[in-house]
This record gives sequence, C-alpha cells and structure tokens, in this order.
Amino acid sequence: MKGLLANYEEAAAIILFCIGFSTLLFHRNMLKKIIGLNIMDTGLYLFLASMGYIDGARAPILTDVNAINMADYINPVPSALVLTGIVVSVSVTAITLSLTVRLYSKYRTLNLDEIYAIARRTEKEEF
Amino acid sequence: MKLDKERFNAWLNDDPDRLNGMEEMAEIPYPPRERIKEKRQELQERIDAQPVGQISFLSRKFWQRVYSVFAVICCAVMTVVLLSTVAELPRFGEYRDTINELTERYIVSGLKETGAVNIVAGIILDYRAFDTLGESFVLFCALNCVLILLRIDSSDDVRHHELYFNLAHDDILRKSALFSIPIVFVYGIYVLLNGHLSPGGGFSGGAVIGAGIILLSIAYGERASGALISEKVFKTVCCCALAFYGVAKSYSFFTGANHLHSIIKPGTPGEILSGGLILPLNIAVGMVVACTIYGMYRMFKKGRF
Amino acid sequence: MDFICNFPFFSIVLCLLSAVVCSVLSGKAARRLTLCVEFVLVCLALTLLVYTVRTGESFNYTMGHVGAPWGNELRIGVLEALMASAFMIVLFASVLGGGTYIVRDITEKKRNLYYILLNLMGAALSALVYTNDIFTGYVFLEILTLTSGGILMIKSTGKTTLAATRYLIINLLGSGLFLLGVILMYDLTGHLLMEFMHGTVSELEATGEYAMPLRVTTGLICAGLSIKSGLFPFHRWMPDTYGNATPTSASLLSGVVSKGYIFLLIKILYRVIGTDSPAVGAAQNVLFVFGLCGIIMGSVSALRQESVNRMIAYSSAAQIGYIFVGIGLGGHMGFCAAIFHILTHAVTKPLLFLSAAKLTEASGGSPVFSNLTGAARRAPFSAFMFTVGALSMVGFPAFAGFISKLFFSVAAVTHSSAQSVVTLCVLAVSTLLNAFYFFRTVIRIYTPSEDVSPLVYKDWGFMVSSSLFLILNLVFGLWSQSIYRIIVSGLRMLA
Repeated sequence: MKGLLANYEEAAAIILFCIGFSTLLFHRNMLKKIIGLNIMDTGLYLFLASMGYIDGARAPILTDVNAINMADYINPVPSALVLTGIVVSVSVTAITLSLTVRLYSKYRTLNLDEIYAIARRTEKEEF
Repeated sequence: MKLDKERFNAWLNDDPDRLNGMEEMAEIPYPPRERIKEKRQELQERIDAQPVGQISFLSRKFWQRVYSVFAVICCAVMTVVLLSTVAELPRFGEYRDTINELTERYIVSGLKETGAVNIVAGIILDYRAFDTLGESFVLFCALNCVLILLRIDSSDDVRHHELYFNLAHDDILRKSALFSIPIVFVYGIYVLLNGHLSPGGGFSGGAVIGAGIILLSIAYGERASGALISEKVFKTVCCCALAFYGVAKSYSFFTGANHLHSIIKPGTPGEILSGGLILPLNIAVGMVVACTIYGMYRMFKKGRF
Repeated sequence: MDFICNFPFFSIVLCLLSAVVCSVLSGKAARRLTLCVEFVLVCLALTLLVYTVRTGESFNYTMGHVGAPWGNELRIGVLEALMASAFMIVLFASVLGGGTYIVRDITEKKRNLYYILLNLMGAALSALVYTNDIFTGYVFLEILTLTSGGILMIKSTGKTTLAATRYLIINLLGSGLFLLGVILMYDLTGHLLMEFMHGTVSELEATGEYAMPLRVTTGLICAGLSIKSGLFPFHRWMPDTYGNATPTSASLLSGVVSKGYIFLLIKILYRVIGTDSPAVGAAQNVLFVFGLCGIIMGSVSALRQESVNRMIAYSSAAQIGYIFVGIGLGGHMGFCAAIFHILTHAVTKPLLFLSAAKLTEASGGSPVFSNLTGAARRAPFSAFMFTVGALSMVGFPAFAGFISKLFFSVAAVTHSSAQSVVTLCVLAVSTLLNAFYFFRTVIRIYTPSEDVSPLVYKDWGFMVSSSLFLILNLVFGLWSQSIYRIIVSGLRMLA
C-alpha cells in the first residue's frame, strides 16, 4: 500500500489501463470499445511518461550546449517510446472507427450482440 | 443587414431551418435516436420470437455466462496483480536504474552525434530511427485500411446518412476560420521545422497542418480544401515523401552498418539547417501525416476526394 | 562484414518501398511487382540460411551509425534465417496460388491496396523475425496485426467485416498486454536490446530483486502474444475469419501471421528472459495447460462443423495448441518440436485452404460438406492436394506432420512423468480425432456422384504453389534429420 501511494502516478496509469482493457473486452457497443482502447493506450503512455520522470529535472532539450549535466534532464527514452506508440494508437483508432462505419451502414446498429444476431440470421443467404 | 441579424438570431436559437444541408434532413423523417430505438425494439422482438432453450449445462447461453463471469474475475485479478507489481517498482520521481549508459550517451553525446538540440528528436530519428520508419509505415498501413473500408469506387454506391450536419455556410465559423487557419498553418509549419530544436517534429507538426486543412474543408466546403489537396496531390505527396523517407533512412542504415563514409553531416547545433537528416525527414513525415489525416477525414466524410 | 549480412535489411526495405510503389500501380502490375519482390525475398532468405549454416554463428547488424546498446539492431542466426525462409516461401506460394480468388473476391479498383498490404506484411514478418530490439518488435507486430486485419476486410461482405472487427479487437487486447509487458521490462532493465535486457534480468534473478514484477512481466508478454496467436480460449475468432476470408488471406493468417507472433514469443523467452528462469517456468506451465485444452477443444469443434473452411479453421486452433504444448513442455526437445510444428503447419494449412477453395469452386461455391460430395471427379488435382494436406495433418509417415508428432512424443517422454502421460494421451486422442474429421472429408470428396462437370480452366498458379507445398511437406518429412540439426544449432545460437 505504501508502495502504491509512493508510485501514485504509475498506479493511476495502471488503473486507467485496466479500465480501458475491461471496456474493450466487455462493452458491446463498438464506439465504447474504441473509447476503451484509447483509454488503455493512454494509460500505457502515462505509465511510460511517469517512468521517465525525475523530480526537479527538465525536459531533454539542451539549453546550455557547453555544460551538459546528466542530472538536469529526465530520461528521454520513454518520451521517444511514447511518441512512437501514439502514432500506432492513432492508426488503430482510425481503422476500428472505419470498421464501425462499415458495420453501421450494413447492420444499422453499433451493438455487437445485435450485429451478431442479424448476421447469424442472414448467414444462410450469404455464402 | 437585417437579413444577417435574422440569421444570427436563428443561429443563436439553434433553428435547424437556418442551417445548411437541409435537403438531407428532409429525407429523415424523425431524429436518429428514435429510429435506433424503434429498430432495436423490432430486433428484440425478432430475437424474442426465436425459440429459446432452457439454460442447461450444454446450452450456448450457459457457457457464455460462464465465460463472462470468468472474464470478469480475470480482469479483477489482473488489476490487483498489476497494482501490486507497481507497488514494488522503483519510486516515482526518483533517480532510478533506467538512468544508465544508454541515457547517458543519448544526453551527453546526442548533440554531437545527431546535431539535434532536442534529444528526443535525436533518439527517434537517428539512434532508434528504424522504429520510427516502422511507425510511419503503420500510419501508411492504417491509411490503406481506411481506403479499403471507406473509399467508394463506383457511383451507385453512395452513402446517404453522411451530411446530417453541414456547416459549410455558417457565418461565424467562416469568419473565425478565416482568422485562425493562417495561424494554424504557420504554427504547424513552425512545429514541423523546429522539431530538432524544440518540442515538436514531423508527427505533431503534420497533425496540426492536417487539422488546419480539415478546418478549411469544414468551413469553406470541400472545393476549397480540394484545391489545396486533390486526389492526385494526395497520392503524389504521400508516395514521394514515404519513398524519400525510406530511401534516405536506408542510405544512413546502409552506410552505418557497413562503416562507410556518409555524406550527411550533423551541422552546427542550434541552427535551423542542422541535425543532418532530421530536418528533411521531419518535413517528409509531416507531409505524410498531414495528407493522411486529411485523407482519412475525406474518407469518413464522403468516401472519395 | 560480408555483403550477405546486408540481406535482412535489404529484404525489409525492399518490401517497404515496393508497398509504396504499389499504391500508384494498377492491380495487375501490383501483383506482378509483389510476386517478384516476394520471390527475391525467398532467394535472400535462403541465401542467408545457407550462409549462416555454413559459418555456424550468428551476426548482428546495426541499423544506423551507432552500435549497441544505443541503436536498433537486427540479429540473424540459423533459426531466424530458417523461419524467414519458410515464411517467405509460404507468402510467395499463397499469393501465387490464390490469384483467381483475389480476382473474384476483390473489386478491381481495390486490388492494388491488397498488394500494398501483402508487401507491408512481408516487411513486418521479416522485421519481426530478424529484430534484436524488443520495441521494434512491438512496432512491426502492430504492422502485422493491421495488415492481417486489412487483408481480411478487403472482401467486402458483412460477414468478413464482422470477422475482421472481432479479429482486431482480440488482437488489440493482446497488443495492449504485450506493450505493457515491454514497458515493464524496460523499467526493470533499462535496455531495449535483447541481450542487454537478458544481462540485467539474470543479474536481477541472481540478487532476487524485483522477483514479482519479473514474473508479472513474463506473464504479460506470454499472455499478449498467445492471445494474438489464437491460443485457447481466445481461438473463437478463427472460424469466422478463416471461413469467410479470401483463400490467400486465410492461408496467410493461419500459415504465417500467428506463427510470427509465436516465433517472437520463443525469441523473447530465449533471448530476453532466459528459459531457465523460474518466471518462464511458471508461464510455461500455464501455456502447457491452455495448449492441451486448445488441442482438445479445437479438434472436438472441428468435428462438429458443417463446412470445410470452418473445419480447417478449428483444426488450426488445435495446431496452435500443439505448438504451445511444445513451448510449455520446454527444454531442448519441446522447443524443437514447437518450431518444427510451426514449419509443418505453415506449409500444410495454406495447401488445405487453397485446395478446399478449389474444391468448393468446382462444387458450385458453397463450402458445406453435403455440397462437396464427389468433388474429386470435378477437380482431381485439387482433391489430390487436399488429401496430401489431410494426410500430413493427421500424421501419416513420410509427411511433415508425422515427424512433428514424433518430436512431440519424444519431447513428452523425456519430460517429467505427469506431464508426459497427459501429453501422450492428448496426442493420441487428438490424432484419432484429426484422422476422423479429415478422412470423413476425404472420403466424401472421393464418393462418386451423379453430376460431373469438371473445372474447365487450368490454374497454373495454384498448380505451382500447391506442388511447392507438397514438395516442402515431403522434404520436411523425409529429410527431417537435417532440419532437426538446423533447428538445434539455431536454438543454441538463440540462447
């Protein structure tokens, strides 16, 4: 518990991740699933960002070129990973959203259970 | 003048008749929410009409229920386990083990080796450039998937539900867009060009520019934005920029791995024309991102350019 | 450094560039370009295989001017070259063999998009196999996921869209877990290159620090990758996906995509965490149990299907189970069996999917069993190829499937008593079930029927590619000793 309080930012990130994960898993509405996906990814990026943070240090943009002191800057690697990760999650969101558009224009509902029900009924006609 | 005032009042009162795109609205007899409700009721009736077996040990429903209960328990257990893991990790904000020779070299000699004042830009476009190359191809892949799903190729396949809200002739939007669009573009270009000097870079700058083009398209109609980016421009820019990115980075990978002499120099740190390949790569990435974002917007809106 | 060492890098960049070029080509030209590129990839990978077997050691390839641990790296050993060759051959042959169905299922204007995705998939697979950097692995894993979703949804019926949605959602859950695992691993070790991570992990294990986070991280990585590859109980997207996709997509998904994830898992287990670590031991036990369940559930469900595509799809779920049983048994022989089964399955499943598609086409287009009666008279060559695939899957001697079952039994026997008894029983039962559902189909297609209207056209692409699969099956079955030696030396290099 003490560890959790000390690592409050990481703990919050993990809670966000789990909220997103369960939303993605359990919600039957496509849009809510996509929101869950984004919450999950955001949780991961928050986790990365808080991992690289050091109290009192600055962002890794050098100000004085002649005197570079390691302790002045936060860890730049997690920031670089976040940048890469964000683009991946944007791409995934775009694809899932366009799948949703397609599903809606075909089945006229966003609820996956209803879509399955309709699809199962029309299954025999469409081989 | 009087007309303008009338229109303004109507706009304030949210009078739908004053909004454009009413032709499409006329086709829809009542708001979508109720339609959905009705549809759902109809569906539920049809589902109810099907014979439902008893929930027995072998029925599909029973197993589905077991499945979902099991999944809920799994998620709860996962949360607890992950939280207890976090409690054991190094303390937040402290100087920790991940500060090692890796970060030391990035910070201490990053400037000398890449010429980028912004260490993160140096990492993603020089030290770990292969990741970033992959990442821009993730975006390319997403663009192609969106094209697959939403591009309309034949004229008989028109989407009808698209233009429920069309703000193309809204006065306030137009006037404010007139002021903000140049600022957005200039800001985007600034972020793009200064990626190696300050926070920013190809992806963020490209996203800002893409958003500016989308704003242009919303406020002034697709003809305005179409004049800026037609399908031909879109294709040419995307392909050329991606190909340039691939070839330039391959050159630096190849020379690096084979210990050949590379013609790319880091330049004087702090100046705009420095950072070796970082600036041209940022520009290429920015163009790809701007085009991709706008292209995706068009696909979602209309299904074609 | 020899010039050959550049080949892995060439194959990745070649794929990426040809993907960009394909976006301005017509469908037909894109197909030609893709086939050429894939043929070149096969040649590059085979050359690398010969080179690494001859030199007998692995090499690292720095991507950029700055070496390890600061830059990205590729690493090529015998096993990586073997996997890349197998994947590239399957990619080439599936694209070649499914040509008529690509034309049938995909509208003309979207055909070049399909080839863009296939090129990107080639790049992602090569990068995934060769990478030495765990985060590069994640990025290319996502490309693989998105391209495989894309080649599913390109057949624009409602059912494929739905199947693609389901596939993507399951895969995204897996990616999320995997990414969390990668991030935690970085937090614990401070490195992203595999051998440096391994160095820190073994230090941590020696001191006993962070034992619990290390276990959780291992679990997350295993869970993420096994969800993505379709291990029980996450196999339920398979029948819809494989049953409805265009045959090339189905064979690629079952033949190479899920295998790519599994190979990455094996690589991480060997090179990052180390197979002798207690964390890996715990994860292996879990994977073992789920693998066994997967075998049984997959085979039983395959028995109950009414259409041939869905039957092959459930059989895929069972085969994934086999591979995970091999990983779960662990040890030298277990991993060897798993890798051999990856190869076997990769060269057999596409053959089954492609020939089943031909049989279905010859019987009027519906893949339900009652429709397929007597299909062998209408398409004798495809029926022969289907029979070959079925025999190999069942484990008939002289085919690859027999050897992989043999390896599994050997792995089980050399293991502790409880696990070995269970594995042997499950192997026996599942072989019986396999034989039952595959021979039922074979007998049905050879049953004489009244209406005989043979397929009129000759599909050279299908003939060449299915012969290629047949030859590979025989090669793996008859020269298994040399393949075994290659795998063994590859595993030794991996560690």
